[in-house]
Amino acid sequence: MTQPASPARPVTEKSPPADGDKSPWRSLAARADVRTLSLLGVLAALVVIGGVTEPDAFLDTDNLQLILTQASVIGVVTVGMTFVIISGGIDLSVGAIVALASVWATTVATQDYGFAGILFTAVVVGLGCGLVNGLLIAYGGMVPFIATLAMLASGRGLALEITDGKTQMVTVDGVLKLGERDSYILGIPPLVMVFAAVTVVGWLLLNRTTFGRRSVAVGGNAEAARLAGIDVRRQRLYLYLLSGLCCGIAAFLLIILSGSGQNTNGNLYELDAIAAAIIGGTLLSGGRGTITGSVLGVLIFTTITNIFALNNLETAVQQIAKGAIIVAAVLVQRRTATT
Amino acid sequence: MPEFTSRRGLLFGAAAVSAGAVLTGCTSNESKDDNSSEDNKQAVADDKPGKEVTIGFAGPQADHGWLNAINDNAKERAKKYKDVTLEATEGSNDTAAQIGQVETLINKKVDVLVILPADGKALTQVGLKAMKAGIPVVNLDRIFASAQAYRCWIGGDNYGMGLNAGHYIGEKLKGKKGAKVVELAGLDNLELTKQRTKGFDDALKNYPNIEKVARQAAEFTVESGQSKMSQLLQAQKNFDALWNHDDDQGVGALRAIKQAGRDDFMMVGGAGALSAFQEIKQDRGVLKATVLYPPTMAASAIDLARALGQGKGISGMAEFEIPASLTLYSAVVDKENVDQYMSTGFK
Repeated sequence: MTQPASPARPVTEKSPPADGDKSPWRSLAARADVRTLSLLGVLAALVVIGGVTEPDAFLDTDNLQLILTQASVIGVVTVGMTFVIISGGIDLSVGAIVALASVWATTVATQDYGFAGILFTAVVVGLGCGLVNGLLIAYGGMVPFIATLAMLASGRGLALEITDGKTQMVTVDGVLKLGERDSYILGIPPLVMVFAAVTVVGWLLLNRTTFGRRSVAVGGNAEAARLAGIDVRRQRLYLYLLSGLCCGIAAFLLIILSGSGQNTNGNLYELDAIAAAIIGGTLLSGGRGTITGSVLGVLIFTTITNIFALNNLETAVQQIAKGAIIVAAVLVQRRTATT
Repeated sequence: MPEFTSRRGLLFGAAAVSAGAVLTGCTSNESKDDNSSEDNKQAVADDKPGKEVTIGFAGPQADHGWLNAINDNAKERAKKYKDVTLEATEGSNDTAAQIGQVETLINKKVDVLVILPADGKALTQVGLKAMKAGIPVVNLDRIFASAQAYRCWIGGDNYGMGLNAGHYIGEKLKGKKGAKVVELAGLDNLELTKQRTKGFDDALKNYPNIEKVARQAAEFTVESGQSKMSQLLQAQKNFDALWNHDDDQGVGALRAIKQAGRDDFMMVGGAGALSAFQEIKQDRGVLKATVLYPPTMAASAIDLARALGQGKGISGMAEFEIPASLTLYSAVVDKENVDQYMSTGFK
């Protein structure tokens, strides 16, 4: 486990140095780049493995579209999760929120309102859950782990209550069409476009706005952030709202992708999103992390899964290899980042 | 018995025997039911109200379509009988919670228990406890570790499901040289998935022209079905048939097939969801058949429990008691017989 960040611990490449010393700050910036480069290296290695083992199936545009599409849903969730972890929190409820939003948005009553109804409901349910999380944590004084664990339980329960365990088929053509080949623009699936847009907005928000700097500051040292005049509680509320919003968007993408809503949706997303963020170099104790790293983490995971499936590996072998690759990726990254 | 049979008697006897043979041959199973019950003068359970029976029903949480259908089937069947009172617990996937629920039912002194355990092995002890308390247990589908823990087991046939899917595909691809088959399995850490795959492989051994080229496991969810199927389609650009273990994940698989724009193979499903039946009936896509894992077994379990409670056998069988074990047949439903099964399809 990583140790909790000490106040002296440098936060991100974008945060102002606390002691005004220029030289460690510069080497830090270089280190962050090395970290991203090492992730790209891991991804490149995976592409080579995929290309060598399954040259026909792996190296074609269809497969690139497939990998990016499969990465979209969990990718959007991970962007929100990255913000929460950077601020020193955790959101265990993302999978449950995706499930709840996707079933609420696909009830017969919602589908009566068509495309807009489904999109609106998914986003509002996501925001609503995020709001509850945020209020409990920021103003109710609950530990994020517990508050979001409670949301996980009740969110899944409510999703089951709504569906009664049944699979809700989407009948709105406009929604279904978005997941099909006809609606690709210049070969890019709409889902991937949304993923890209969320990534860019997330990157800008983290690196180019006071909101981003505040998030990092709260995660680095909440007390120092409070003394510096940041409304820590409001900031935390916003962060869980942001995570909820990402879950709502992800739920809409999942509805498009699977053409249905099911209470089992988003199974173990919390672990996938946290793992992708950690692999991407986000510190679990907060104060440091990048959107680029997290997105690369998601792409690494999705590519691994894809290569395994194309090579027709057994489930047991897949799971063992996946664990080994996660450890290897983190070790490689550590080594390159510290030397 | 007379020592010599007269010629007339012989003739008459022969005529009677052959007439009897013809009769039974013609009427087949319809008349058998009536005969056996009359012959044995055995009390068999029928629709007529009999002794009042309270049946305790404990099942897992209905978090997917098939389990939901199990609950519905049990409740509706119980409602059909005026002499049956059903005490159904709130379903739970938590072993400890389910044990508690069964113990409550034992304390309430229900006449018969129907238990679909969240985990068969883990609930064996409480099954034993009920049996020792004199409450006969009908064990539904997921089997207890000890035969002493139940009076009667009724459940589906996972191996048979694979077998029948394999034979159906085998017959359809008969004569096609170098035919390729792909399998989309269910949750791989469940034993039932292994059994289904074993049955499928065993059936395919009868057809040397067929080769299984790929197998990937999804997780019984729409999402995992879509994800795994889209990758299988990417890996296998050319194959003739697909067997998907579960119609729930099949919704996702069909979505992936549509998204990839593929229609060059036939697909067989599993379990018997309503959406699959409708797709088969419309006959527009790749889904041509599905192999049943019938949720109606819950209704039959109620029938068995009622017969147990009333101390009766079941009609159509010669025995005075209900059987100790009933493995249900995994019928293949295709366009020819789908109408017959439509009402049993679950959502």
